[in-house]
Amino acid sequence: MEHFLAKFAKHIKKKVIELTRLIIVISYLEFICLLKIDFWDFTMSIIKTINLNKIYDAETEIPVHAVNDVSLEFEAGEFTAIIGPSGCGKTTLLNLLGGLDRPTSGTVTIDGTDIIKLSSSEIIDFRLRNIGFVFQAYNLVPVLTAKENVEFIMQLQGIPKQQREERVLQLFEQIGLKDRLNNRPGKLSGGQQQRVAVARALASKPKFVLADEPTANLDSKSTSNLLDIMEKLNEVENTTFIFSTHDSRVMKRARRLVSLEDGKVVSDNNQMEHR
Amino acid sequence: MLLSIAWKNVWRNKLRSLIVIVSITVGLLGGLFYLAFSNGMVQQQINSSIKTEISNIQLHNPKYLINDEIKYGIDNPENKIKKIKSLQEVKAVVSRIKSVSMISSAATGTGTTLNGIDPEAEMQATDLYTKITKGTFFKTKLRNPIVIGEKLAKKLRVKIKSKVVITIQDMSGNITYGAFKVAGIFDTHNSIFELGNAFVLKKDLTDLIGYHENKITEIAILLKHNDMTNITETKLKNMFASEINSDELTIRTWKEINPILKMLNDMTIQFTMIFVIIILVALSFGIVNTMLMAIMERVREIGMLMAIGMSKVKVFFMIMLETVFLSITGGIIGLFASWILITITNKTGIDLASVAEGLNSIGYSSFVRPELGIFFYFFIGSMVILTAIFASVLPARKALKLNPAEAVRQDV
Repeated sequence: MEHFLAKFAKHIKKKVIELTRLIIVISYLEFICLLKIDFWDFTMSIIKTINLNKIYDAETEIPVHAVNDVSLEFEAGEFTAIIGPSGCGKTTLLNLLGGLDRPTSGTVTIDGTDIIKLSSSEIIDFRLRNIGFVFQAYNLVPVLTAKENVEFIMQLQGIPKQQREERVLQLFEQIGLKDRLNNRPGKLSGGQQQRVAVARALASKPKFVLADEPTANLDSKSTSNLLDIMEKLNEVENTTFIFSTHDSRVMKRARRLVSLEDGKVVSDNNQMEHR
Repeated sequence: MLLSIAWKNVWRNKLRSLIVIVSITVGLLGGLFYLAFSNGMVQQQINSSIKTEISNIQLHNPKYLINDEIKYGIDNPENKIKKIKSLQEVKAVVSRIKSVSMISSAATGTGTTLNGIDPEAEMQATDLYTKITKGTFFKTKLRNPIVIGEKLAKKLRVKIKSKVVITIQDMSGNITYGAFKVAGIFDTHNSIFELGNAFVLKKDLTDLIGYHENKITEIAILLKHNDMTNITETKLKNMFASEINSDELTIRTWKEINPILKMLNDMTIQFTMIFVIIILVALSFGIVNTMLMAIMERVREIGMLMAIGMSKVKVFFMIMLETVFLSITGGIIGLFASWILITITNKTGIDLASVAEGLNSIGYSSFVRPELGIFFYFFIGSMVILTAIFASVLPARKALKLNPAEAVRQDV
């Protein structure tokens, strides 16, 4: 009898421990759910779009579906080209990813922040701190020197002068224009201007850089030069680059190609796997 | 940072900016010179009126002002003058006997105010002696000398040593006559004053009308500076409070004595200021147009700035600064050029000989010295800044309405 009772007590004790463990696990899971942490999401995506749509002239008889139900994810350190024929929605998609335009429907989440929900002043500040832009026409401020153009964005961020100076020198060394610091854009070639534009985009240490047709106005040598620099920066600083392009030279160098047609993603290839 | 970019942007299109700057400069130069010219004319009229005719402050028997009768005079003037002279603001004090009279020559006669004066004291308080063009200011051996204005001399057709007869009411109310000889003729460039006033020795007038020796009709006070008028008036009112309360004395400043002069002064300033404001408003349209052009040319750049994270407040501020810099540059040059022109013309004077007769007939001098107080430069400078801020709102709003996504791709 005594033996039976001892065995029963041991069994109860074991069950209580198991039950306690179970309660701890359940509590943990509840806590995870409460924090809305995607427990199973182990990917490093910094940009995620879900069912993204952009329709121009939606109320007219001929609405233009520039971006059509696009769901994409971009991971940190990517070197991706969004490709497709003219008018396929590449620039519109980039504008949506960069918060320059608002989608008709769908979401754009950048590093956990749904940028669609941000107010217009919040999105400007978000762009300043998280996104770098490179434009087809360089768009440097002509009255500022190359150095001032790059430094300007850091001034907007409120970075101290000493840090700005160091960062500018580092970037100009990387883009190979250290001897052109004090030249105004008018005194630089197209390729050099675009390299300064890349430096400007990276000056604020953004999470990613969006480049809209960065090589469209450049000759072969300048294009190759620019791509070398961007690849190097991608490797050295782990900067994520997302281009829109229909330049085959850029496509060859991109590690991932997202192909659009009439606003829809028709293919999404990781070229590294093919190589 | 924004200051530097805004300043550099002003000089992006040098020709266009220079045109705006020159238009602001010319506008301000015209406006300020007109203001200085009008102000100079009025101030000259006020100063001349104070120094030659009415002085800063006058004391009278209140009843004299109603009836112009010499029996209503001020008793014991010497005591009062002594007290007035003790005030540090006072430069000179003079007493007069003034009476309405008829002056006649062999040719004609006319009404005039006869002023019985003490020449030595009068020379301290007024500058009439400096206006003598013929004869002297009572430095003569002539018996019963009289000094008259050029216009009056012309009207009476008299010259130095000519005889004139004064017809005047004596203390008893009877009409009396006196013969005087013209000792001096003055020219004040003020027809009204020249025709309306004749000067004789106080003693001669006292003898003619049988006036009390210790009585006068007017005490005139010249101050060291016109700005001291109101303060001195208050002091005098306290000093002679009992006489004022007993209705024996009244104190008036030049503004009350000659209200038209004050009104003219205020109106001239107001009208010219309105004129300057109209110039500034007209200029603001030019500035708005220029800035709108500048923005239209920089749509892509402004779009880029907004895209990379320049806040709307900073974009607005940048455009506003550009407009203000552009306007202030024109404003500073305009103010400086105006100051130079006004200073030079103030020294040389402007002779309006061709319209001298017309101006003199309404009491203005035909020789104008433009002048403008420092206050006006600051005021107009502030107005230029305000105009610039006002003019910058529309272009800045235009810039803010740009959609960065569209703007960065726009072909310019």
